[in-house]
Amino acid sequence: MGLFDLFKKKKESERAEDEQRMDRGLDKTRENLLGRMARMLVGKSKVDADVLDELESVLIEADLGVETTVRVIRKLEENVARDPYLKPSELEGHMRKAVLELMEPKSEEPNTVPPTGLKVILVVGVNGVGKTTTIGKLGLRFQQQGLKVMLAAADTFRAAAIDQLKVWADRSGVDFVAQSMGSDPAAVAHEALQRALSSESDVLLIDTAGRLHNKVNLMQELSKIRRVLEKLLPGAPHEVLLVLDASTGQNALEQARQFTAATQVTGLVLTKLDGTAKGGVVVAIASEFQLPVRFVGLGEGIEDLQVFDAQIFVNSLFKTV
Amino acid sequence: MFEKLSERLEGAFHLLKGRGQITEINVAETLKEVRRALVEADVSYKVAKDFVDRVKEQALGQKVITSLQPGQLMIKIVRDEMARMMGGQAAELNLKGQPAIVLVAGLQGSGKTTFSGKLASFLKRKRSQKVLLAACDVYRPAAIDQLKILGEQVGVEVFSVPGSTDPVHIATQAVAHAKAKGFSTLIVDTAGRLAVDAEMMDEIVRLHRELKPSETLFVVDSMTGQDAVNTAKAFHDAIAYDGVVLTKLDGDTRGGAALSIRSVVDKPIKFVGTGEKSDALDVFYPDRMADRILGMGDVVSLVERAQEQFDAEQARALSKKIATNKFGFDDFLAQIQQIKKMGSMKDLMGMIPGVGKAVKDLDISDDAFKHIEAMIHSMTPQERQNPSLINGSRRKRIAAGSGTGINEVNKLIKQFEDMSKMMKKMQGGGAKQLASMMGRR
Repeated sequence: MGLFDLFKKKKESERAEDEQRMDRGLDKTRENLLGRMARMLVGKSKVDADVLDELESVLIEADLGVETTVRVIRKLEENVARDPYLKPSELEGHMRKAVLELMEPKSEEPNTVPPTGLKVILVVGVNGVGKTTTIGKLGLRFQQQGLKVMLAAADTFRAAAIDQLKVWADRSGVDFVAQSMGSDPAAVAHEALQRALSSESDVLLIDTAGRLHNKVNLMQELSKIRRVLEKLLPGAPHEVLLVLDASTGQNALEQARQFTAATQVTGLVLTKLDGTAKGGVVVAIASEFQLPVRFVGLGEGIEDLQVFDAQIFVNSLFKTV
Repeated sequence: MFEKLSERLEGAFHLLKGRGQITEINVAETLKEVRRALVEADVSYKVAKDFVDRVKEQALGQKVITSLQPGQLMIKIVRDEMARMMGGQAAELNLKGQPAIVLVAGLQGSGKTTFSGKLASFLKRKRSQKVLLAACDVYRPAAIDQLKILGEQVGVEVFSVPGSTDPVHIATQAVAHAKAKGFSTLIVDTAGRLAVDAEMMDEIVRLHRELKPSETLFVVDSMTGQDAVNTAKAFHDAIAYDGVVLTKLDGDTRGGAALSIRSVVDKPIKFVGTGEKSDALDVFYPDRMADRILGMGDVVSLVERAQEQFDAEQARALSKKIATNKFGFDDFLAQIQQIKKMGSMKDLMGMIPGVGKAVKDLDISDDAFKHIEAMIHSMTPQERQNPSLINGSRRKRIAAGSGTGINEVNKLIKQFEDMSKMMKKMQGGGAKQLASMMGRR
């Protein structure tokens, strides 16, 4: 296990609790899916093309996207072909399995993180996905785990972004580094890393300005932040988290592609999953870019930022009442 | 991303090649691709389905002019219908009232505060309004500071009640302040909220009821996926907004949410956000949005130009000539001139889906036809009518007269013969053959 020992899976009892919370967040999603699956399966003893068609629409409406949906359906079809007497009630299990398989990383993630010492986490994403809020919550979470945490406000562009992060730092009583608005974000990151090293912090969380991934200059700015960190502390940043809004559609794939190219993203955070949005695009991202989802945001409260568990996520999507 | 889609559509077009009319059979494959394109552009699955079905009704039986393929015409019908759906109503803001009140609502992170700042600047500069901004997001840390900074940047006063946690209270105070100080427009920025958050939705309903805004705007991220229909509808049920603002369109999202929203609530898109600067606010162009959702490059403009330039009479004469083996270099020249009328080569190539990006940085000269024209001009009328006359010494003369070489003349004649043969087989795809022949040179 690597860095995310920090966020390590909880005891079984706590896990059940997580599952419940996830269920609540995904309630809308599940009702929708189950309602439709139940309706389409009524009176059918065999899975036919109609059912597969209907499943297709269910997956697409969950934002899985056409390609990923086709892949899931294809897996299902294989199973159906192998077993012509597959009952509709068994379909759900197959579907769950198909999605899970897509989300599983193909290889073990490389463990480049030093067992001890400072861990640097860089947080990136487009505008308005919830980067600053995620960092605020993460900071508090780590602090509660007894770690010495520092937040760095490298979003020097958006009005009041620094103040916003400062409020979070004050709330959780963690260290905070900022310069003035409009200063070079790489310089902020550099200063923060120096201070985190000298103060022997355990975790440094760096906030960056939201940027659309097709803005070349802004993406280069991110690459620069990465380079500056790497130079000062080889191996840093140990984790680059791309924050995605659950309501985002297929464009999230392009976001993953471009941010990965610029900063070597190592994991995803899926926010705002407590609404009606399903966030299915992460299935496509996880399978295409081999990027694990680290956290999901299921509400505004601090405890609503959850360590992601694919099993819970998918179970929750397809669970029968 | 766009290219892949366009290529698939081209693939679908191939199936329709050579058909003169849009029929149930030849349209099915194209429509399937269109539907897929829409869904990949994040148009809601149901909306895409209904939309395509409706378009099909319109399209059946339409005659296809010979230089177009039914698939291309189909796309134009789709695009026009889409633009019609998203456009229509006048998108001006209703600024009645003293002050006029604009209420801004939406999900978290959709860009309400940034939009409020931009709108304040727009109304001040372009509509000569005396604008007051009210900061009613009491939840997100520093949201009020953010609006204050934006207000300062565009020179607009920002009203807030320090310490207050009641948005309705702040808003009503802001109205009183605006009245007392003679502000003509009050823009009320609110906190982001999820449509399933009953408490927060109740709050925006109370704000709406209390303020009776002349204009309520729903701000939505253009990258929104399938959920756009749910959210747009839930907010509309709650506050019956008057218009939609589509933000972050300077990204590369296809923006299918625009179509989805328009088809579940019949409210116009009044503004689009196109950047982080305070003046990056634009009115909404339904045509451009339709093109963007389809990811079509400008195939539609190409179709329109072809339609404009196409002379039906000339076409009939031409196809008769082909049928009777009388197609000569004069006709060839006429075709070249027709293509040239449609615009520069680079423009034309750029409009073809799948080619668009490839030629963007390429230097394509409009002289591509020059040598061919020169060679044809160096032929005698007899030679042009009857190319088989052109023997070795004539070829030498043509090469000298046109300033080209004998090789080029040979190549032209060979290509012309191939083309004549092909055209006789295809009957009517002349312009296209010519284009592909040019591409090979």
